[in-house]
Amino acid sequence: MYVYDQYDQKIVDERVAQFRDQTARYLAGQIADAEFLPLRLQNGLYEQRQAPMLRIAVPYGLMNSRQLRKLAEISRVYDKGYAHISTRQNVQLNWPVLAEVPDILAELASVQMHAIQTSGNCIRNTTTDQFAGVACDELEDPRPYCEIIRQWSTLHPEFAFLPRKFKIAVCGSTEDRAAIHHHDIGLELLANTQGEIGLKVLVGGGLGRTPAIGSVICEWLDKKHMLTYLEAILRVYNQHGRRDNKYKARIKILVKAMGVEAFTKAVEQEWMALKDGPTTLTDEELARARSFFDAPVYDTVDAAEASSVLQAALDGDPIFANWVKRNTRSHRVPGYRIVTISLKSTGYAPGDVTAEQLELLAELSDEYSFGEIRSTHQQNLVLGDVQVSQLNALWQRLQAAGLATPNIGYLTDMICCPGGDYCALANAKSLPVAEAIQARFDDLDYVYDLGPLELNISGCMNACGHHHIGHIGILGVDKKGEEYYQVCLGGSQAKDASIGKILGPSFKQQDMPDVVDKILSTYVTLRQEEESFLDTYRRVGIDPFKERVYAPAD
Amino acid sequence: MPRLIRDGAIVDDAWLAPGPENTVPKAGQIASLDQWLQLADKKGSAVQLEPGQQPDPLFEYLDQIQLVAINFPVFTDGRGFSYARELRDRGYRGELRATGNFIRDQLTYLHRCGFNAFQLADERGLEAALDSLGDFSEVYQAAVDQPLPLFRRR
Ligand code: SF4
Repeated sequence: MYVYDQYDQKIVDERVAQFRDQTARYLAGQIADAEFLPLRLQNGLYEQRQAPMLRIAVPYGLMNSRQLRKLAEISRVYDKGYAHISTRQNVQLNWPVLAEVPDILAELASVQMHAIQTSGNCIRNTTTDQFAGVACDELEDPRPYCEIIRQWSTLHPEFAFLPRKFKIAVCGSTEDRAAIHHHDIGLELLANTQGEIGLKVLVGGGLGRTPAIGSVICEWLDKKHMLTYLEAILRVYNQHGRRDNKYKARIKILVKAMGVEAFTKAVEQEWMALKDGPTTLTDEELARARSFFDAPVYDTVDAAEASSVLQAALDGDPIFANWVKRNTRSHRVPGYRIVTISLKSTGYAPGDVTAEQLELLAELSDEYSFGEIRSTHQQNLVLGDVQVSQLNALWQRLQAAGLATPNIGYLTDMICCPGGDYCALANAKSLPVAEAIQARFDDLDYVYDLGPLELNISGCMNACGHHHIGHIGILGVDKKGEEYYQVCLGGSQAKDASIGKILGPSFKQQDMPDVVDKILSTYVTLRQEEESFLDTYRRVGIDPFKERVYAPAD
Repeated sequence: MPRLIRDGAIVDDAWLAPGPENTVPKAGQIASLDQWLQLADKKGSAVQLEPGQQPDPLFEYLDQIQLVAINFPVFTDGRGFSYARELRDRGYRGELRATGNFIRDQLTYLHRCGFNAFQLADERGLEAALDSLGDFSEVYQAAVDQPLPLFRRR
């Protein structure tokens, strides 16, 4: 993974010192609230319902065991002993104290972490495929590009006061696991007819109040132009994006208002002035960035032997076998598997992880996965490089710590924002809804029978829980001061991206498990052999679901 | 006389702020963009841009203009950062001044975008603001103050 040199370290250290000074001035009454607001936001600090919330950046979701241990320590010393994995692969602390935040940031800097630009109207943490570098369907590892973007966007002097927040995602594989169609900018690494790797550039995707799928503004861009092209897009947005209405300030609105063609033209025009300038990437820089993500030294495993060992273990223990089937997937290298650790067990808020669990995971990543761990936008964690022969030992230790829930990609592996229990912006609570649904669908056989299913819950229109792109999406709404829930169906974050359609009038919290039950049983009745929920929905449309859910009780 | 930061020092400033739209700028007075467009002779001129006023009309006269002031009515409106870069990238060498309600904590960014003069809303903050200019000694991106990105220097 990327390792700071003296330059990176200096920038992060000086940022901590700057914020320490700003916090001291604020606490001494020398900075007004309104002026301190963007300063603290761009250092990851929100005001929330109960306490401030600190969002720590996990660049493209990659951490090492030392960082995990530090997060555990910070959560214990400065917080309540647990942390939360956000839907943007970041880590959140729910109970820090403002005066101590500079100390927390200094602790983070000591392990090459920071909270820079995890919030505010600036370029946020770049996200990517949680299986980068190990996925079988990968064309090119997206992480070097993400790191180059991280450095370019960190403290970018021109783009710190944009009309609105700005999110970039990169994917380099056949299956899109980074939701690039739903970001302000989505970049897809792909080859041209000569076989050279370049970038397809999408702009103007997003969730929130006006969900939109990104438009392609460049089919193939030489990778050396990546930063100048990004700079051109941002420069157009910074000058022309709306600033009079925060709900219309995202770049998707600008792209719609100008039209894709005119927008593209404006970008190309800006780009002409920047193209081939000093920000053009050099081969050396690309090679340098890549060198940090070279494959670890894998053991040469006799694939046949490894699979017979595994088979014996699978045959011996159906519970283990089930976990392997549900929570691991094939790896680029024979004899290895990718393990996803579910943070979705019933009774715990999706994405929450305790200090003890973090420490255990640090230990496990050292022992089984080259000391690295990844966070996912589905709020789980991943050990990317586990030898097949060690799966059983790993599983036993995960199970003892309550980290072996075998539900990855199924109904109960839901994405859920912190909602009204924590978030000051929420219209409604989201965690109790997630818990009630998990509790209702505790029959794993039924859950598996439903097949791959993404259920996403947001506590308000800001859509941190990505409800629009869940196969089933749930959105908290406020109806005359009461918490209600709107349901949408048919969203998808994959390459066949789509935005969910609203089912109809919203529901009370206690009705939600029943509503989900009716939707699912409608699917079960209508599905053709092996047909997934999403495919069935796309074939039959929303009406049968509507009829069943809103049918008068008999 | 009003004071401001210019080229890293606190100095007196003789320029007068722009007058009402339907007046003609006096000698030593900054013109609004509309007033400036009317000027027959742009030599030694001074012009103030507001958010929403792209610097494009100035491009032809960059070697004649003496001062461009960019106003920040609210500090969160960051359009002026791009205006400054557009001007500097096209070769403007005269004074580029931030004016209005920007805050001292934005000074390093403003400076990197090409501003060399800072007229704070409250002059009492000038001394302290100088400190903020030194917040960072290393940067990743190419900008006006550092034409090479870090990756070409490391
Ligand atoms: S979706 Fe709304 S309620 Fe949920 S975390 Fe985001 S802002 Fe808060």
